[in-house]
Amino acid sequence: MGFYLVQFLGGLAQASSLFLVAAGLSIIFGVTRIVNFAHGSFYMLGAYLAYTLAERMGGAVGFWSAIALAAVATGVVGVVMELLVLRRLYRGPELFQLLATFGVVLIVQDVALLIWGPEDLLGPRAPGLEGVVRILGRPFPKYELLLIALGPIVLGLLWLLFHRTRWGTLVRAATQDREMTAALGINQTWLFTSVLFVGSLLAGLGGALQIPREAVNLHMDINIVVEAFVVVVVGGMGSVGGAFLAAVLIGLIQAFGILVFPQITLVVVFLFMAVVLVVRPHGLMGRQQATARGAGHVPEAPIHASGMMGRVAAVGLLVVLAALPALFGDYALAVLTEMMILALFAASLHFIMGPGGMVSFGHAAYFGLGAYGAGLLVKHLSGGMVAGLVSAPLFAGLGALLFGWFCVRLSGVYLAMLTLAFAQIVWSIAFQWYAVTGGDNGILGVWPDGWASPRWAFYYLSLVLCAGGVLMLRRVIFSPFGYALRAGRDSPLRADAVGIDVRHLQWLAFTVAGAFAGLAGGLYAYSKGSVFPTLMAIPRSVDGLVMVLLGGVQTLTGPLVGAAVFHALNTEMVRYTDHWRLTLGVAIVLLVVIFPQGIVGTLARLPFFRRKEA
Amino acid sequence: MAVLEVSGLTKSFGGVQAVKGVGFSVEAGELLALVGPNGAGKTTCFNMLNGQIRPDAGDVRLAGVSIAGKSPRRIWRMGVGRTFQITATFGSMTVLENIQMVLLSHHRNIHDLWTRATRRHADAALALLDRVGMASQASRPCGVLAYGDLKRVELAMALAGEPRLLLMDEPTAGMAPAERIDLMALTADLVRERGIAVLFTEHDMDVVFTHADRIIVLNRGELIAEGPPAAVRANPHVQEVYLGSGSMYGHAGGKTP
Repeated sequence: MGFYLVQFLGGLAQASSLFLVAAGLSIIFGVTRIVNFAHGSFYMLGAYLAYTLAERMGGAVGFWSAIALAAVATGVVGVVMELLVLRRLYRGPELFQLLATFGVVLIVQDVALLIWGPEDLLGPRAPGLEGVVRILGRPFPKYELLLIALGPIVLGLLWLLFHRTRWGTLVRAATQDREMTAALGINQTWLFTSVLFVGSLLAGLGGALQIPREAVNLHMDINIVVEAFVVVVVGGMGSVGGAFLAAVLIGLIQAFGILVFPQITLVVVFLFMAVVLVVRPHGLMGRQQATARGAGHVPEAPIHASGMMGRVAAVGLLVVLAALPALFGDYALAVLTEMMILALFAASLHFIMGPGGMVSFGHAAYFGLGAYGAGLLVKHLSGGMVAGLVSAPLFAGLGALLFGWFCVRLSGVYLAMLTLAFAQIVWSIAFQWYAVTGGDNGILGVWPDGWASPRWAFYYLSLVLCAGGVLMLRRVIFSPFGYALRAGRDSPLRADAVGIDVRHLQWLAFTVAGAFAGLAGGLYAYSKGSVFPTLMAIPRSVDGLVMVLLGGVQTLTGPLVGAAVFHALNTEMVRYTDHWRLTLGVAIVLLVVIFPQGIVGTLARLPFFRRKEA
Repeated sequence: MAVLEVSGLTKSFGGVQAVKGVGFSVEAGELLALVGPNGAGKTTCFNMLNGQIRPDAGDVRLAGVSIAGKSPRRIWRMGVGRTFQITATFGSMTVLENIQMVLLSHHRNIHDLWTRATRRHADAALALLDRVGMASQASRPCGVLAYGDLKRVELAMALAGEPRLLLMDEPTAGMAPAERIDLMALTADLVRERGIAVLFTEHDMDVVFTHADRIIVLNRGELIAEGPPAAVRANPHVQEVYLGSGSMYGHAGGKTP
């Protein structure tokens, strides 16, 4: 009995920490509609700052002031990010800011590495709360009791802030209807900045409070941001009360899940989220988001089949690509092969994000499923490459068919998080199921057939399949199906009223995109000779998003340019600098600020490239 | 047989009876106006016809076939076109593509993944645009049109499905007075030449008295009057309901058709 009680209390303490971070994320999203990937970085920053300050100041007063100072300093960092970067992007396409926050994630990672080094840092114990208390004969850390109390206290304070102050009223108003709030003369710029401060402060506080509990390390950011997103989505975006409820539920699921399924606690959490979202598409306490009435929203321009110039350029590019093996050695060809594979991956993600209007945070699942579709065939049936490249898109397509059925029932960030949940579930199956997938040892020996094994031969194979895949996706976008898909995105109301089954089309589109991502994954497996679970991990999904957004989600060639630019930056920076994250992060932030509609999207708006109105 | 036959239509929200036992019919080529003060139940009634709300009781028959409780999609396939109070078009497509999109759906082509969409039904789409006076703007993006033009595009979209019945929710809302008359005159011509039945709600009594063949009046969820414009205007019950708002008398005199 005592054991379960202690486990229960441990769950609550974890819930409090989660709540602090998630509440900040939720508030920021509610007001600014920014999906802030950097929120986890602020949490990590809070922990590092608190560590340093507590070490410097020492003593009881020093410890507690270190935590407070760290939280405030993190809030200031949030403000700096808003002032320097986000402020310039509010008029860009939705989710474009996400790209900037991802750049900030990379920057913070490397800066933290530079300042604090790669070792885990163990902070001081909390003065006065070092020991344990006995609960029904079981030891329980005193500090955890403080955390348990802190969750409800912060919830209460936030409630007072939101319901008893003018600022809080403005925040609630903006969460409900941003345009209306602006129309009433509220200074949005100031409101956004202050919201970023409060939200980041909460993240920093959450991180700072971790130092007596766990060693501060460089992986804190990604772990917490994913969990915080789960909490926010389960609770309902923008709802602080919902975030608290969800944090408690998830804290407890983790505490008890670890007893029942020690290996797959994370999967249990994601399954829980999937169930909640399928039953309640806006989270436990969330409401349907007011549709943005498009202050500053630029309607997407009509698409046009390429004219003479475009065709010549495309053929020219293909000719150049076909000539490259004569000029370059194996290394360059390997990089180019990978670039083409990523371009196909990005094009498949763009297919659902652009024309489909569905943002996926877990598109790597289908890339990985394709790779495993090929790899498993080699491992268990000793299948050849051709069979593997057929099974890759089939395997991924079937996965997308299954998961897509659930995903298209949701929209916006909820849909994105459900895709992430499925990706995590698939990832952990690949990671845990040693007998079939080889776990984190992966599958080795996935080599091309003899005729395709020279670098140049595989390069040509990839060129044919990737260019073919991209052109096919493009053809579908211009087909009646692609038009109907865009119709459903532009106006679901009108689409429904002219007989278009939007959900059904989205489901099909999701499956098509999954199959093409799978083809890319299959090729990738043969190009590397191996398959690992990391192929479907979160960073790869994020890479896909970066490529699509960087190129420009509202354009057709954007994803290809984005993939090329991103992969080139990525490989070159790893080659020439130890601080490739910092450089890449700064590059992304700069690109985002210079090209606020994505690279191709911004270029297309220049007078030189603009199509004349007929 | 009437194109649309509504009988005993009823809907409550919680304790509020929004629509109580409403029944009426519309003939081919007829424009029937549904009017009533705010909160009379017009929108609820309308949304039960187009499939957005399922009625608690009563029946809606389209050419004798019940459509009550069916989805908007199914109802459209059975021959009911719609225009919305706030126009809903496909903003990332050109005007012509908007019409082509509806034609593609009407001809059940949307599962075609291979042919070029813009090459399908282009002539038919252009003919429709010509009929509503929008052919000259066919290649402009729908997202940049003036509101009055959007209304015309929407009318063409509604007609592209070859409807037997057209449901128009506040067709002239948000338009300049001169544009209103033009749009309704165009609508009246179109539906008469094609034998389409029209049911529309409208706040502008000028429009109602000029263009409706018949008027039905709702108040507090119940049908209180029905008949040709002159008779409805003379109805003491209707006068009582509208008294105070003055909208029925302010400037409508002498415009009875």
